Amino acid sequence: MSIVYNGSNDSKTFKDVFSTVIPQLCEKDPDVVYLDADLMSCIGMLKWAENNPDRAINCGIAEANMVGIASGMASAGMKPIVHSFGIFASRRVFDQAFLSAGYAKNDITVIGSDPGVCAAFNGGTHMPFEDTAIYRTLPGATVMDVCDTAMLAAVLEQSKDRAGVKYIRVARKNSVKVYGDDTEFEIGKGKLLKEGNDVLIVASGIMVAKALEAAKLLEAEGVSAAVVDMFTVKPIDFELLVQWAEKTGCAVVAENHNKIGGLCGAVCEFLASRHPVPVEFVAVEDEFGEVGPQDYLEKRFGLTAEHIVESAKMAISRK
Amino acid sequence: MTDEKLLKELNDFALDIRIATVECLKSRGFGHIGGSLSIADLLAVLYGSVMRYDPKNPKWPERDKLVCSKGHAGPGVYAALALKGFFPYEELKTLNEPGTNLPSHCDRNKTPGIDMTTGSLGQGTSLAVGIALGDKLKGRDSRTYLIVGDGEAVEGLVWEAAMFTAATKVTNLMWFIDWNKKQLDGYTKVINDHGDFRAKFEAFGFEAIQLDGNDIAQLYDAVTAPIGDKPRAIIMDTVKGKGVTEVEETFSNHSMNVPAEVFDRWLDELRARKEAQR
Repeated sequence: MSIVYNGSNDSKTFKDVFSTVIPQLCEKDPDVVYLDADLMSCIGMLKWAENNPDRAINCGIAEANMVGIASGMASAGMKPIVHSFGIFASRRVFDQAFLSAGYAKNDITVIGSDPGVCAAFNGGTHMPFEDTAIYRTLPGATVMDVCDTAMLAAVLEQSKDRAGVKYIRVARKNSVKVYGDDTEFEIGKGKLLKEGNDVLIVASGIMVAKALEAAKLLEAEGVSAAVVDMFTVKPIDFELLVQWAEKTGCAVVAENHNKIGGLCGAVCEFLASRHPVPVEFVAVEDEFGEVGPQDYLEKRFGLTAEHIVESAKMAISRK
Repeated sequence: MTDEKLLKELNDFALDIRIATVECLKSRGFGHIGGSLSIADLLAVLYGSVMRYDPKNPKWPERDKLVCSKGHAGPGVYAALALKGFFPYEELKTLNEPGTNLPSHCDRNKTPGIDMTTGSLGQGTSLAVGIALGDKLKGRDSRTYLIVGDGEAVEGLVWEAAMFTAATKVTNLMWFIDWNKKQLDGYTKVINDHGDFRAKFEAFGFEAIQLDGNDIAQLYDAVTAPIGDKPRAIIMDTVKGKGVTEVEETFSNHSMNVPAEVFDRWLDELRARKEAQR
């Protein structure tokens, strides 16, 4: 693993990864097929799709039907990768994802783009703060909150052959680069990005870079923070979690999601049963989204490095 | 249909499916009798003649597939499967027992021969489209047959899947609407009138055929006629509870809970008809 984080943005966008990796997967594996619901161009797939009509199916604006079709295709031996915005890819299709895919054992990969505040100018109607929570309730599902392009490429490749329903929540535009492109990822294994003694910061998605920034700020104040990127929210890497919770004695969980039911919930469920420690949350309060630039929304919903610093101090004070 | 021998064979098979369905439901004393009996003739045509399958190798990828989207008609489908040797006939009596392979609603992971898990109404339609598309991509010449209930057809998903089927010309998928006029709470016409099914499917771009869905010869002809460039939808005018007079005459016959002697009376009627058919 190489961590290349220095606070600057990735030169590649997530769109670049989609438009490179999905065609590669289709080329390497004749069973891979990509389905979308009129948002192909939003993830850079339209041009390729137009040239590969057998492997790219535009279902139109009918997301539930798309997930049902993908599930049927899986039963015929295909490996469908489905995309829509996170709100549709979770709330709109969940009955199909739950029964037609999950319960019926039809293995599909679902990409929900623009998680949380990344929906920015599409606003509250398009802002999923609940998608992780929804998919966590699907038995056997894998739920991932992706932080950068190196990670996205890896999890896309691994998801197609993984059993069950895989939900990948990821932005479309660029993000702060965290990992070198040679980094290896294993679904279900968290990444220890920094060791520390005083507090554990568990983050996912866009909050990983902010956690690293917060750790730097804390270091300047003499506080030693461990940072874990828990990109697989389910199944969570409880060994890593318990190991660092034991070492530090308290934790902060940071995610671009409602604090109910997502990574915050997952961390607390496991720590409560294995190793209870004080935990603070840097996540969206029980609120709906709203419109605005992403940096405004991050401040509006309290998703900043400064909030992590404050929460870390609070967690330490509660030890 | 000109083959008299086959016609008789299929009529006999339909009667056997009805007998097996009633025996299956009798084992628990209750269940979805009405909608299982209304599709018995279609099941006889499909499993008795049209579909390609191997009971010893139920997951054979090249087989034709049936998606009974009105998944509560599981007992009817189980009857056809048992009679065709997918599992022992006696197993029909395990319906809904703890650990059974025969749950109320169709489950592809439990029952040999059940090609898709259904029961949450509407979902089977999209699944059937996916199976048909998947078979095409895999280069198979398999066909998929989809049975949709008339009450079920109020679900919006049914029309999403119908639109897609026609728009993308999924011609290896055949739709059947079991227009038996009733749903759990009463008449479909009263609850949320679906209007003219044939006109709707035609408007969506199907070749739509309306026929007597309890007439084996009409079904056989409609199913086996060559397919053109439009997918086919067959609107089956059926009777809910068809074949058992008392069930047909019961208004609320979606699911019935009756004593064993009543089931026996129904079986007597069916067996007497079988005797008469000889």
